[in-house]
Order: sequence, then structure tokens, then C-alpha cells
Amino acid sequence: MSNSARKIVIIGNGISGVTCARHIRKKDGQAEILIISGETDHFFSRTALMYIYMGHMKYEHTKPYEDWFWDKNRIALKKAWVTQVDFDKKELLLAEGECIPYNTLILATGSKPNTFGWPGQDLEGVQGLYSMQDLEKMEKNTPAVRRAVVVGGGLIGIEMAEMFRSRDIPVTFLVRESNFWDNVLPKEEAQLINRHIRTHHIDLRLETELEEILSDDTGRVRALKTKSGEEIACEFVGLTVGVRPNITFLEKNNKRLTDNDKTGLDLSLGILVDAYFKTNIPDVFAIGDCAEFRERPAADRKTIEQVWYTGRMHGETLAHNLTANSSVPYLPGVWFNSAKFMDIEYQTYGQVPPTLEPGTDTFYWEKDRTAIRFVYNSSNDNLLGVNAFGWRLRHDFFDTAISEGWTMATVLGQLDKANFNPEFFKNHIQEVLAKYRQKTGRSITIKKPSFFHRLIGSRA
Amino acid sequence: MKNIQYVGIAIFLMGLLAFSVIPFIGDYRLEEEIVRENVKEIHQEQLLEVLSPMYGQTYTSNFRFIGDFNDRFSTHNEDLKERQEWDNVIWDDYAFVLTKASSLGPVNERPYFFLLISVVLAVIGGLMYILPLYRHEPDGIKNDGIYFSSMKSRGLLGIITGTYLIVFYIILYWFPAYLTNLVLMVDPLSMALSGNPASQWFLYGFIYTLAILVMGIRMFRKYKGNAYQTIRTASVMFFQLAFAFMLPEILVLLNMPWHDFKNIWPLDYSFFFEYRIDGMVSSGALGMFMLIWGIILIVVGVPLFTYFYGKRWYCSWVCGCGGLAETLGDPYRQLSDKSLKAWKVERYLVHGVLVFAVVMTAMTIANYFMEFGLLGNATDQVHSIYGFMIGSMFAGVIGTGFYPFMGNRVWCRFGCPLAAYLGIVQRFKSRFRITTNGGQCISCGNCSTYCEMGIDVRWYAQRGQNIVRASCVGCGVCSAVCPRGVLKLENGEESGRVSDMPIIIGNKSITVKN
Ligand SMILES: Cc1cc2nc3c(=O)[nH]c(=O)nc-3n(C[C@H](O)[C@H](O)[C@H](O)COP(=O)(O)OP(=O)(O)OC[C@H]3O[C@@H](n4cnc5c(N)ncnc54)[C@H](O)[C@@H]3O)c2cc1C
Ligand code: SF4
Repeated sequence: MSNSARKIVIIGNGISGVTCARHIRKKDGQAEILIISGETDHFFSRTALMYIYMGHMKYEHTKPYEDWFWDKNRIALKKAWVTQVDFDKKELLLAEGECIPYNTLILATGSKPNTFGWPGQDLEGVQGLYSMQDLEKMEKNTPAVRRAVVVGGGLIGIEMAEMFRSRDIPVTFLVRESNFWDNVLPKEEAQLINRHIRTHHIDLRLETELEEILSDDTGRVRALKTKSGEEIACEFVGLTVGVRPNITFLEKNNKRLTDNDKTGLDLSLGILVDAYFKTNIPDVFAIGDCAEFRERPAADRKTIEQVWYTGRMHGETLAHNLTANSSVPYLPGVWFNSAKFMDIEYQTYGQVPPTLEPGTDTFYWEKDRTAIRFVYNSSNDNLLGVNAFGWRLRHDFFDTAISEGWTMATVLGQLDKANFNPEFFKNHIQEVLAKYRQKTGRSITIKKPSFFHRLIGSRA
Repeated sequence: MKNIQYVGIAIFLMGLLAFSVIPFIGDYRLEEEIVRENVKEIHQEQLLEVLSPMYGQTYTSNFRFIGDFNDRFSTHNEDLKERQEWDNVIWDDYAFVLTKASSLGPVNERPYFFLLISVVLAVIGGLMYILPLYRHEPDGIKNDGIYFSSMKSRGLLGIITGTYLIVFYIILYWFPAYLTNLVLMVDPLSMALSGNPASQWFLYGFIYTLAILVMGIRMFRKYKGNAYQTIRTASVMFFQLAFAFMLPEILVLLNMPWHDFKNIWPLDYSFFFEYRIDGMVSSGALGMFMLIWGIILIVVGVPLFTYFYGKRWYCSWVCGCGGLAETLGDPYRQLSDKSLKAWKVERYLVHGVLVFAVVMTAMTIANYFMEFGLLGNATDQVHSIYGFMIGSMFAGVIGTGFYPFMGNRVWCRFGCPLAAYLGIVQRFKSRFRITTNGGQCISCGNCSTYCEMGIDVRWYAQRGQNIVRASCVGCGVCSAVCPRGVLKLENGEESGRVSDMPIIIGNKSITVKN
């Protein structure tokens, strides 16, 4: 399959496109690889955008590879916006008018912030946060801001609130739901985060929705009006109500409109792909945030996965398919994710839905800023998922425990091995076991390590 | 609270200003007795005469006094050299002792007062600034605004601080006579501890220890809620205060050689020098213990502890250089160079210094046992080259003076021969590693940015690979700042320590590794 002269062009230098390019290069020394992206010259970590604003890092620190890396691995980079694809001629058209031919095209164009046609959403001082350009805009907007309002209780919303707080700018945080991120988190956890948000002096407004954004006479935001009619004076409105695939240029010029259309691309919310990341057009693939699977990749997965890790796995898998003799379908393993809500780290493995599903049960323990929740099958006691707050857990432990269907007793009996907190950190295992005994009447004990063991080893 | 902190800064700056001005006040007058008391018997005759024009004269500044002294002293020496009277040439440095003894200034009369308005004031001001830090804030990482800070991101304040430190070190090592007033100021303290008057080294040790203690308290504030950081910092504070500062002075009080029991060759590069060996051998049982303990640390202690815990047991828990780097230097940790090029330079330099130290020591020991038949006094030459280039320039001037330019571990990373030795053990035979938590890394870069040793931690973490590097001092800050709980410092089984999994957990499509 490997064709020495083939030219692989990737649109998008995010985690998915870059991972794919790197893995193709590992297996195929010949292929010409070009990554085109309009956002930045080099790959940077989008997840670190907030840290640039907060002064923890500069842009250069967010680049996972040094600049020489690309030359050395013969991955060509081009900073440009692609405006159109000619699937017939296998050519890309760039904004400056240049044409770029390809043999294989990989679309990895990422996401863009959602907007819902709110009145005033295009005013000066109203923006989302996704790209480096957004961050620059936010920086430019900042000096004028005496109060910022962040709309949307999700992961980027809380990051934006934290960003402003790092500069001592008062923040009002509007959340439509009754608790922060409670379409993902069970109530107890969501409330734990509510409280933590408030300790950071953020004016958290639950069950509050945006009605419209009001302008001053220069076209800048002056205030925000909620559905209940309250006006909140502010100089900045952050719209962080989720993201959607960034495929505007394809929608405009390349969308398949009729069944007979042979050169149009199948688009829905994202770029439609099968389990091999193939679009309806030969030699054209889509990965990362912009890809939408025609069918769920697994029973517990969504058709659009907008996280860092899945972008990486898409890239790895497609690279494998483009360089190996036989292709494999994308088959994600046990779900995992993590985030940080101000000072509280969150990790999750497996499935922990916001409300219990029939046939499942849950066990939850919480103290101060620390919490852990297990969800298990109520008939056979097998672990289905775990949520942890302020408590680092071992990925490989839970990956195995969940995929092999360990029982709660087995998991809790080895909680010390699952612990990933730094050395000397206070360990809550005994308290968790005590509460479990209280709830279920089952007593589980973990053998205390011997003195010698404690002396020489921090790993249980 | 903010106001108390501002006042604290003002008080600190006043203390610092006093500290910087004190060396230049007061009068100086040399008398014949002073020369008699402070000059070795063999040089007395010469110097009594050479310096005689200075007797009884009052100099109104130390510049004039030291200038005049140096003129006479070196003219005399040059003369001798010209006439090839090598036996009479004076190699000893008398500028410091004679200046100190000739000081008439107010510092001499009221040392406590001057100590109070300089060092004590700076400590009080520093604490007023530090103690309220993050007072009403929840536990968590406090890195906000570091890259907007002029002090912490090579801005003007950083440059001024670095320059001040560099100038201080240069004066301390090569022109200590100008610091006599500061030394006089700590004389009473030195007398109380060791029964001897202070030298510039006592002054240095005193300030060094205070810096570690005060900035150690800052570490408690900054990393509050992080038990590893707190305990580790308490440990370096203890070892500095007890082992590096107090105990050696007490030994001197007991007529023993000054000895720091936690300093290990080859960081303690003079351990096998003739005068040190003689000092220990001639000091009875305790002296013998110093010698044997020192050797045990080198041969057994380092490999054994490093096998079990990694080099961190020394570098970020015990060592004095590490102690200063981890406390005073903490605000600058992000300035270390993370490039692959820097790593290459590091490996050449640090192992180069190790080879230098080993060769020098081997020569010295051989020479010692052959009763100087082998190389005569050539080893002295090598010692002074090493002392100048490595001991003073590298470890001192660059090691500390460059904190605000190249991060807080310049010496430990590029120069320390003991770190090189510990590193070799850690890399090849140790249970220590930084474990990467499966596929949780989001490549954000916090770990690499805040690694004081310039390790590109993310390079490993994002590939799901454990971090096993010779240079890692195990400070634990990468683990602390990681927002996704990816990194854990651990001692564990050797198998699986070095991992290489190109496909990270979470993707079942590709099961074949590699
Ligand atoms: C602030 C923030 C924080 C986040 N934090 C986390 C987190 O903690 N954990 C997590 O799992 N996920 C997080 N995410 C989500 C994660 O960053 C994304 O899922 C991931 O970056 C998507 O990668 P990608 O490769 O698909 O696309 P992207 O990283 O979006 O890369 C696509 C690139 O293609 C470029 N591009 C698009 N169209 C064109 C065109 N026509 N021509 C040229 N170039 C084009 C874009 O400009 C962009 O540079 C976060 C996202 C944001 C915005
Ligand atoms: S700090 Fe953590 S998440 Fe960020 S790059 Fe390092 S290991 Fe990865």
C-alpha cells in the first residue's frame, strides 16, 4: 500500500492532525507530508490557552515540539487558510490563491465556538474562546473590563472565569442548568464544584439564561440581560456554550447537496466518516473534533468526540491505516477524561452518567474538596465507572478494572494500588471503606504495608 | 493585608540598602601591633617595615585603606619577584584580616545595631511580605502572573537582582577585604557559636542560612496543601541550619576542624586535600569518624540511597546548594532552558566537571601517599584552578548569580560533579521514576515549564512514557503543577520503570505495540 511518492496533505495542525502526521512518518519514510493551518505557525496545546492568559506560560511553552522537530521529521508546515477543495482535481485552494495538489487529504480542522443567534452576540467585547486569535482578542479586550460575564457552565466557561479571576477582574458566571455542568456530573459533584466556584469569589448564577447583550453607542457591550429581565453591567461577555465542528469553508463550497452529486462532501454537524475515518470521497479522511461518525464508535460513545485524547487516538489509528497493509476500525477503549475546576482536579474513567441508569447503583464519598464516586452494575457488582475530585487515580488500574469487569469488592480492596496522589498526601482510603461498610454492610480491608515496605517504596 | 506586604517590601529594601552601604562607612587605622598580631611569624619582619608608613594614619574609607595597603604590599612582592627572591615572596592574603583589625568605624563599636538595621530588618521585611501570601486563598497552584512579573521573567528587576548577586559573589570570593564591616557585624554571633571571630565565610553561611529559612517559609505558603513540597522544604531548612551552619561552628568550638557532615565528595571537592585529611586524622576519634563517614557516604550512601529513592534524597532534601535553589531560587525555576541543545551541553559540562574532580582527587591522593614525590606541588596548582573555575566561578557566581537569568539550578544541572555521580546511579540503577498516568496528558506544558532542571517532562508524558532522567532532582513540582494528575514521583519495582509505549492506553484499535 505504501506509495513512495504520495503526497499527504493535512488541514489543521491540532492534536489530531499532528499525531497523524507523526505516526505516518514513523512508518513511512517516503511520503511527502504537509500540514496546512491558518491559526499558528506551529502546533501548540489548545488546552493551555488559559495558562498563557494567566501568566503561567508563554505561547512558546505550549508548543509540544521544538521548532526544529518538523524539519527533522520532514513534516512540511504551511501557515495559510484553505478556502476550498477541488476533490475532482485533488487540489486545495488557499486564501492567497495558491493551489496545492494532494494524493491523500486529511481534514483535521477542529471546532469553533457555538453561538445561538443571540441579539448582540457580534458586539465588541463579546467572544468565545477556542483559538489563539480568540485569546489575543481577549487580551485586547481585557484592559477595559471592570466586570466580565461568562455564559455557559461547561469546561471552557469555568476556565474563562478562572482566567479573569487571575487578574482580579470580577466575574459573573451564568449557568442555565441547576448546577454547574450537571448534564455531565451527578448532582453531588456538580454542587461540590458550585461551592468551589463561589470560594473563588465568582458570582455564580444558576438557572440563569442569556436573553440579549446590550450595546453602548460605540458598538461595545455595555450590559447583559438575562431571561428573568435582570441587567448586569459588564464590558465583556464570554460565550462558552459548547463548540461545533469547524467546517464553514466546506459547507460553503464543498457540501454534497444531492444524491447524484459525485464531488460533494457528506456533511452533517461535522464531516461524516465511517469507522475508518473515510469520508464519502476516496482518499479524503476526517479526524478529531471536526469528524462525525455515521455510527457510534462504541455503544457508550457519541458520534462527535471533542476532546484532546480522542483527537490523538483518531490520529494514531488513521496513521496506522494509511501505512499498514490492513486497516483497522476505530475502536476506543474505556472512556477517560480529566479537567480541573479552579483548584479541584477531576478525573473520570468509564461511565458515570449524571443520573443513574436502571440496573446500576452508586457509592459516593465526599469530604471537603475531595470526592469519589463509583457506579456499578447492581446485579453483579461489576464496576462501570468512577469519578474522582481532588484525588488522582491510576489510569491503567481503572482501564483494566472496568474492561475486565472487576467487582466493587475487588476494586475497593485494592484502592491503595489505584491511588495516584503524590507521596505524603493524606490518604482517605480508610474513610471510604468505612462509608462503604456503612452503606452495604460489607467490610473490605486493605492490608497496611509493612514498615519496611513503607520505607523503601512509595508504590503500593 | 496588602498594605502590610507593601510595608514589608519597603522594610526589606531598607535592610538591603543598609547591608549594601555598611561596607563603605567608618575609618581605618593600621598600627604596628595589628600587624604583629595578624601576620605570620615568617612574614612579620618584612611586612612591619613595608607597612610602616601606614601606621597611625587615619583613612576615611576602606577604598583608600585597601588601595594603599595593596599598593605597598604588591610593590614589595613585585620587587622580590624581580630580584628572584622566591622564598620571601608572600602568597598569603593579608588584606582581609588587616582591614578588619584596622576598622575603627561605628560597626566595630555597635555591631548589634548594624546587624539589626541590615540583616534583621531585611528578614523582618521579608517575613512581613511572605507570611500573608495567599492568606485567604484556597490551596492550589499559585503561578498566576509569573510571566508578567519583571522579577520572574527576566525583566528589569530580574536583571538588577542577578547583577547584585553576581557583584556580591565577586566581592565575596576575590575582594573580601571590602566586606570587613559586614563581617565585624556578625563577629559577636560567631564568637558565641565557635569562640572565634567571624570570617567572610561565616558571614556568607549566616546569610545563606537565613535566605533558606525565610524563603523556605515562602515555600510553605506557596505550596500550601502540598505535603511533599512542605516536608521536603522543611528538610532542606533543617539540614542547612543544623548540619551546614550550626554543627560545624560547634565543632570549631570543640577545637575540631570545621566539618559539614552532609557535604559529600566530589561536591565537597577538597575532602581529600592534604590539609583536610591532616585535619581529620589529627583530630582524634571524631576526626577519624569524619573521614570514615565521608568515605562511606561516597561509596555506600550515594549508591544505596539513590537506588531506593533516586538522587532526590540528596539534591532536593539535604544538599545546601539544592536547599538555596529550592527556596531562594524557586521564583526563577521556570527560566531553565528546556531545549534539546541545552540538554546536550548539560551532559558534556556536568560529566566534564565530574571527570575533572575525579582526576584532580586521584592525583592528590596519589601524591599524598607518595609523599609528594610524584607531582610535587603541581597538585596545588590544579586545586587552585578548580577552586577558581568550578568552586567559585561556576558554583557561586554563575550558580547563584544566574538564578534570574537561567533558572535556579544552573550549577546543579551544568556543574555539580556530585549531581553527575548521583545522576548516573539514578539513570541506570534505581527504583525511582516519575510515573506517567496512562493517556491523561494534554500536552499543556506546565510540567516542562516549571522543571528547574530543564527536563522536557511533557515529551515523555504525552507519549505515556515514564520519566527516567539522570538530572531529575525529584523536586516534585511537575507533579504539583500538572492540571490533569498525570505525574507521580515513585519508588518501585525496577521492571517497567523505563517504558516505551507509542500507543497510549485508551485506544483499542491498535493493540500491537510498536
Ligand atoms: C480552551 C480550551 C480548553 C480545552 N481543554 C481541554 C481539556 O482539558 N481536555 C480535553 O480533552 N480537551 C480540551 N479541549 C478540547 C481540545 O482542545 C480539542 O478537542 C482538540 O484540540 C481538538 O483537536 P483537533 O486536532 O481536532 O483540532 P484543533 O486543535 O482545533 O486544530 C484544528 C486547526 O485547524 C485549523 N483550521 C481549521 N480550518 C482551517 C482552514 N480552512 N484552513 C487552515 N486551517 C484551518 C484551525 O485553525 C486549527 O488550528 C479544550 C479546548 C479549548 C478551546
Ligand atoms: S503538566 Fe501534566 S498535562 Fe500538562 S504536559 Fe505536563 S504531564 Fe501533560
